[in-house]
Amino acid sequence: MPKLKLPLPPIPDKVVPLPKRPGQPKQGPVDLAKEAGISAVDWVDERTSLSGAARWMMFRKVPKGTNWFYTLGSATMFAFLSQAVTGVFLAMYYRPDAASGAYESMRYVNDEVFLGEFVHGMHKWGSSVMVILIFLHMARTFFFGAYKYPRELNWVIGVVLLILTMTMSFTGYLLPFDQRSYWATIVGVNINGTGPLVGPFLSDFLRGGPEFGATTLSRFYAIHMLLVPGLLGALIGFHLYLVAKLGTTAPPWVSAEKYTKKDEEQA
Amino acid sequence: MNKQEKEQYLREYSVLKAQGKPFFPYAVAKDALMACVVMLAIILMSLILGAELGPKADPTTTTYTPRPEWYFFFLFELLKVIKPPELVPLATIGVPTICMILLFLLPFYDRSPERRPEKRPIATTAGIFTICAMGLLTYLGAEAGAPTRIEMETPERISAQGGAMVEQYEAGKLVVAQSGCLACHKIAENGNDGPGPELTDIADRLPAQAIAQTLVNPTSPMPSFRSLQEKEPEKFRNMVMFLGQLKKDE
Repeated sequence: MPKLKLPLPPIPDKVVPLPKRPGQPKQGPVDLAKEAGISAVDWVDERTSLSGAARWMMFRKVPKGTNWFYTLGSATMFAFLSQAVTGVFLAMYYRPDAASGAYESMRYVNDEVFLGEFVHGMHKWGSSVMVILIFLHMARTFFFGAYKYPRELNWVIGVVLLILTMTMSFTGYLLPFDQRSYWATIVGVNINGTGPLVGPFLSDFLRGGPEFGATTLSRFYAIHMLLVPGLLGALIGFHLYLVAKLGTTAPPWVSAEKYTKKDEEQA
Repeated sequence: MNKQEKEQYLREYSVLKAQGKPFFPYAVAKDALMACVVMLAIILMSLILGAELGPKADPTTTTYTPRPEWYFFFLFELLKVIKPPELVPLATIGVPTICMILLFLLPFYDRSPERRPEKRPIATTAGIFTICAMGLLTYLGAEAGAPTRIEMETPERISAQGGAMVEQYEAGKLVVAQSGCLACHKIAENGNDGPGPELTDIADRLPAQAIAQTLVNPTSPMPSFRSLQEKEPEKFRNMVMFLGQLKKDE
């Protein structure tokens, strides 16, 4: 018998299945099928004890008054996931070789691969969508005062996520290795180089030397593919953990004035 | 926020939370719908705007237009607002870094417990001002375009020197126009006024030799034309010649 008690989502009273009548111990195929899923979840949970975490994540309450502005964060994450998936597909064809591979492989993706240009376009425009969403999400957090106690750390992580997103867009720009990406990146790297103290070192690091050379593209590729996405993924996880732990804010104009004794007990 | 205010907030928040709805399925449903909208937007943009691949990168080229992705326009435009060369590092790195630090430390200097935007006039005004400034700079950056043509009369002192001279002058003008110089420099009525200095009468200030020097060994963020000089010296000579003729006509 399954031991796991998954919490039921709230459903209207009328739809709640009636309890079984006593004296019907025989299990039909329907009952077995019903329990197959629970058994499978049970099997995993016996080994991982993840159901508690899932319950903690999914069945927490969101305060009253939350509105559509509160979907911007998850939408940003969704845009990131879309970038990750389309990026993986592009990586299957892409060759980070400045001398001959990079541009030709992107040409190949655009002209030969089934839906290649479509996926390339999704990756390219998805970056714009993600940047817009992350700024909107930040604006919401700012104007609702949601960065204040106790969510200061989550704000700081959010700013890091913003910088990493901009880094992704900057490093991704070079990868197709067409004229536009090449020259815009040179200007970008030169701009970094004007910074005080670290500027020249940062430029040298990005170029992989004093000149824009063969290693530059591989370096941008590694930053774009490995370093930043890994950081982004990890920090998004931490960001989400804190959101679940601290709870999303209620809109600042919603007040809890009319609460009853019952509410207080629940809290 | 002092201890009392913190406790007050946590208390009020727990009540609001108790009065709220479960994350699943209510918030999840909204998030899922929003995700569909995002997906649809990305797919539509991909279908309508495509993924154009320009000509292959060529370090020797003279037809590039160094334009960043549109959401970097405001940073690019900032370079044009702050023009004196000694302040360039301030524009390129200084202002963005200061903004980033201000953003990072926001919860640590804005410590009042008030959360309503209309009761935080300074924060709200600053936020709206920042959005407007970024919007305006992005718009200006987008408007500036990437000119690849220079509309200029050939001065009389050139045409007086005969056909070969005019030919070289015109060829040089074309090279300059297609090299993207106008993205950062102004030449008479053409191009952007900054971040680079105006080139309308550059030859009054610099001899041709010095102009060539600057092209090969520029101060950042200007890209170097060394590879052009090495691979297509003819074009490079024309370019220097044209720039060397940019004088004020008496």
